[in-house]
Amino acid sequence: MSQLRYEAPGSVDEAVALLASDSDAKVLAGGTDLIVQMRSGLRKLGLVVDVKKIDELMSVSSDGGAWTIGAAVSGAEMNENAALKKDWPGVVEAVDLIGSTQVQGRASAGGNLCNASPAADSVPAMVAAGATAVIAGPNGRREVPVEQVPVSPGKTSLATGEMVVAIKMPAKPARNGEAYLRMIPRTEMDIAIVGAGVSLTLDDGGTCTAAKVALGAVAPTVVIVDDAAKALIGTKVDDAALEKMAAACSAACKPIDDKRGTIEYRTKVAGVMARRAALIALERARSN
Amino acid sequence: MPNESSFKWVGTRQIRPDGPDKVTGRAKYAADYTMPGMLIGRILRSPHAHARIKSIDTSKAEALAGVKAVVTSADFPELASEMSPNSEMVIDFSDVSNNVMARKKVMYDGHAVAAVAATDAEIAEEALSLIDVVYEVLPHVIDVEEAMAEDAPLLHDGMITEGITPTPTKPSNIAKRVEFRSGDVDKGFAEADVIVERTYKTAAVHQGYIEPHAVLASAAEDGQVQVWVSTQGQFMVRAFCAKVCGLAISQLRVTPAEIGGGFGGKTVVYGEPVAVQLSRKSGKPVRVVMSREEVLRASGPTSGGVVETKVGAKKDGTLVAVDAVLKYQAGAYAGSPIGPGCMCMTAPYEIENVQLIGYDVVSNRPKVAAYRAPGAPISAYAFESALDEVARELNMDPIAIRQKNAVKEGSKTVYGVTFPRIGFEEVLEAAKNSDHFKSPVPEGEGRGLACGFWFNIGGESSAACHLNEDGTVTVISGNPDIGGSRASIALMVAETLGIDYNKVRPIVADTSSIGYNFVTGGSRVTFATGMAAINAAEDVIGQARERAAKIWEIDVDAVTWEDGEARPAGSNAGDHDPMSLADIAKMAPKTGGPINGHGSINAQGAGAGFGCHICDLKVDEGTGHVTVTRYTSIQDVGRAIHPGYVDGQLQGGAAQGIGWAINEEYVYNDDGLLQNAGFLDYRIPVASDLPMIDTVLVEVPNDRHPYGVRGVGEVPIVPPMAAVANAMESATGVRMTSLPMSPPKVLKALEGS
Ligand SMILES: Cc1cc2nc3c(=O)[nH]c(=O)nc-3n(C[C@H](O)[C@H](O)[C@H](O)COP(=O)(O)OP(=O)(O)OC[C@H]3O[C@@H](n4cnc5c(N)ncnc54)[C@H](O)[C@@H]3O)c2cc1C
Repeated sequence: MSQLRYEAPGSVDEAVALLASDSDAKVLAGGTDLIVQMRSGLRKLGLVVDVKKIDELMSVSSDGGAWTIGAAVSGAEMNENAALKKDWPGVVEAVDLIGSTQVQGRASAGGNLCNASPAADSVPAMVAAGATAVIAGPNGRREVPVEQVPVSPGKTSLATGEMVVAIKMPAKPARNGEAYLRMIPRTEMDIAIVGAGVSLTLDDGGTCTAAKVALGAVAPTVVIVDDAAKALIGTKVDDAALEKMAAACSAACKPIDDKRGTIEYRTKVAGVMARRAALIALERARSN
Repeated sequence: MPNESSFKWVGTRQIRPDGPDKVTGRAKYAADYTMPGMLIGRILRSPHAHARIKSIDTSKAEALAGVKAVVTSADFPELASEMSPNSEMVIDFSDVSNNVMARKKVMYDGHAVAAVAATDAEIAEEALSLIDVVYEVLPHVIDVEEAMAEDAPLLHDGMITEGITPTPTKPSNIAKRVEFRSGDVDKGFAEADVIVERTYKTAAVHQGYIEPHAVLASAAEDGQVQVWVSTQGQFMVRAFCAKVCGLAISQLRVTPAEIGGGFGGKTVVYGEPVAVQLSRKSGKPVRVVMSREEVLRASGPTSGGVVETKVGAKKDGTLVAVDAVLKYQAGAYAGSPIGPGCMCMTAPYEIENVQLIGYDVVSNRPKVAAYRAPGAPISAYAFESALDEVARELNMDPIAIRQKNAVKEGSKTVYGVTFPRIGFEEVLEAAKNSDHFKSPVPEGEGRGLACGFWFNIGGESSAACHLNEDGTVTVISGNPDIGGSRASIALMVAETLGIDYNKVRPIVADTSSIGYNFVTGGSRVTFATGMAAINAAEDVIGQARERAAKIWEIDVDAVTWEDGEARPAGSNAGDHDPMSLADIAKMAPKTGGPINGHGSINAQGAGAGFGCHICDLKVDEGTGHVTVTRYTSIQDVGRAIHPGYVDGQLQGGAAQGIGWAINEEYVYNDDGLLQNAGFLDYRIPVASDLPMIDTVLVEVPNDRHPYGVRGVGEVPIVPPMAAVANAMESATGVRMTSLPMSPPKVLKALEGS
């Protein structure tokens, strides 16, 4: 009979050493994905490395406006951080959408990213906002844009022994606004059929100078829609621009037909969600 | 009937006897039971929708250390066909046996094929993986209309449709045809000024009880078997386990645990006989607890159905004809609620010409089980939707058209019953006067209204009322309490005896501690078992009067019972101080011994119930997402013994109905495998999906019950689907004729409009 080993190291180095020692090892953050998967028999593991005893993974700090969010910090804690929420409301709201009050007490942005679900709520928001992931491994540390972490459903680009230590958010640009919205059939406790994160920056005249649009649940991994961003840049984010952006989003979808939604539905609603998120982002940019 | 205003306990909101234990976590559910040496049972389930079992090799599993028993259908006696009443439906014991453990063929994804008992769950799981089943996969059919087709894959080689003359010679998947008829529909439609003709479809939906099925069975060397179980009927479990396991009823003692929901789904057995056989084979107690996935794959949903509906009305709103064909999924074995579906479809209305033809159809899905008002929600969705369209065409108010045709005392139903005093007219009047109906429809929203009917049942019940030494009372009955029935029974007993509610302690007994009770189903418990308990309390009063008569040395007829006391009846009876129950209890050893009352009845005269629901909602035109913003459930509840728990029934039924309307469905892939066997993708509503559901309790007492009780638990799931669909049309102009009204379907319908 297989025996499950549980370790809760106090440092990143120890965690990395443990992870490197067993190719079947997994990081345990909040466990709201991992434990569910283990209990339903989807995952059989030899070693679980609980990272919640490592300070670096459990703290939030800001330095010159840039944020470092420990990979295992819970959604509830992010949501209670008023300064973080003021700078990056879209990202915090996206994390806050995960599960329910109970789930929020555990679920982390790092876990959401590394679970590599195409429908992960925080990922399109983090991508749109330009977040990066700090990765530690046997060969030291590296930093990559978050979109480079998930590579296909359930798979990440992390090598054996590697783990995400923190999510970094850049200093908030002036007159930038971002937002994330998702479509679910219920009002909570559900999985996104489509998610859309939009970040945009305006100049003093209200013209869009930079934009990033990312979609979730419409392809095997998060989709960055450059054409959608282009549709906004150089405009006042008026109806025509939004229309063009929504069309670009729909065109960029490569969804599947499954129990959660049809290709037709996902494609259509991607544009609707992106448009609505863009309007919120616009409102925020104007008041920043 | 006692004078209403004189009630002291009936109609008050007391704390339920089971409440404190439930909110503090002390309540013991079936999965909480353990015994020394207990084994864990696990069930191997079919990975195919339809397949012949060529062979099952259990030798590797048996050889695994820690495995104490393995069973397959070879360990269960093969049963001949024998019909048995089951909740409001009937069931064939031979099908029950084959459903519990597949014999020769598996009929649906998740059908049990073997089971193991081992010293722990991990070993049991591993043992399952060591069982080698060789299948020959057969073509399958999921959809009810495809299953009816001439060339459909056959589930049962010997299934000859009942109810057709001459008897068909070829087998099919149509188990039964039923017909209900009154008047002449052709004549009726000829008189109609407006005719609406449409086909409505509903999806199979699960009862969604939060507690999965769980059972602990312990078989002793002398052949006696004890069972602790989550069920709506310990006597049903006893009877079914006896049949399926080949035991005498006296060999089984079944104790119902506290139950975490049933809604009809726990009126049959699944793992119970399996646990019994595993325990008999291993000689150890065995616990079998289903996972949520097993619950959804293998326990009973209710039917999905197709209802072809044609309704004709005159200009003044008089309904003149209804012609409908109803096709209900039975699951893999015969026995959908097609009969009740037909009976309830038009029951709220006096319609001269009605023809309803129903088909009970098997397909490769789990066998359906009862679910609140089984069958009625499907046909009511069709009829109440069509009626809404008729009203729209006639430009008539939805309540006015219903009032115009409403049944009343003396109206005759299409199934032959003439209504006694009923409360449908009062319900419609209350709906019309409700704050909800009178307030304007909010901007951007739509409002819909629909009604529903359920006949409710009585049946066999036993209860005992024990007078304790200090004058308190224990009430023992035999129906698992799924809706607050202990509280209601205690209230009625307190009222009858004239003592404080808190002096009455009700319990639900095991099968050896009280006489037979039919299942908790058909909204019958407060009515029928309540009546048995009232009879038992009256028996106590009779005995108490005799004891007082003995002490006072007067005739028993000279002793009356008032306000919880024996009193001399008038001055002729002599001058004696009244004796309370406590006084009489104290004297009992000297006056003849313990005082215990009994009630055993087959209750007749269950009062039919009617409801009217009003729904406001808004639709997100970009996504098709529906938000119910306001909802009111109005119902004739006979008399609300405990109004709080009656409110709870009306709200719970509405909540489940709204889920049925908007999101719930079984999703199958092309191989006939269920894709959404979990609450993440089988979407019952979460709390934030619903507004507060308002209730209006209309009380038209049932004169066949001492306190006027009518069943209340089932009616409230009948109207919601049409209420939501009618509100959808009001909000968007789009008529949804297929459930669920999920966002993708709504968006598509909006675009097509
Ligand atoms: C009831 C319920 C509702 C949910 N609702 C939502 C929802 O609305 N939206 C949504 O997106 N998700 C939802 N989820 C999924 C889950 O809660 C989220 O994905 C959550 O963010 C996971 O975080 P966690 O800390 O619990 O991760 P864990 O379960 O601990 O880990 C998830 C995966 O990531 C790996 N991992 C975790 N941290 C690291 C790290 N630092 N480095 C490397 N690998 C790591 C783990 O090994 C594992 O494979 C829900 C889950 C439940 C149970």
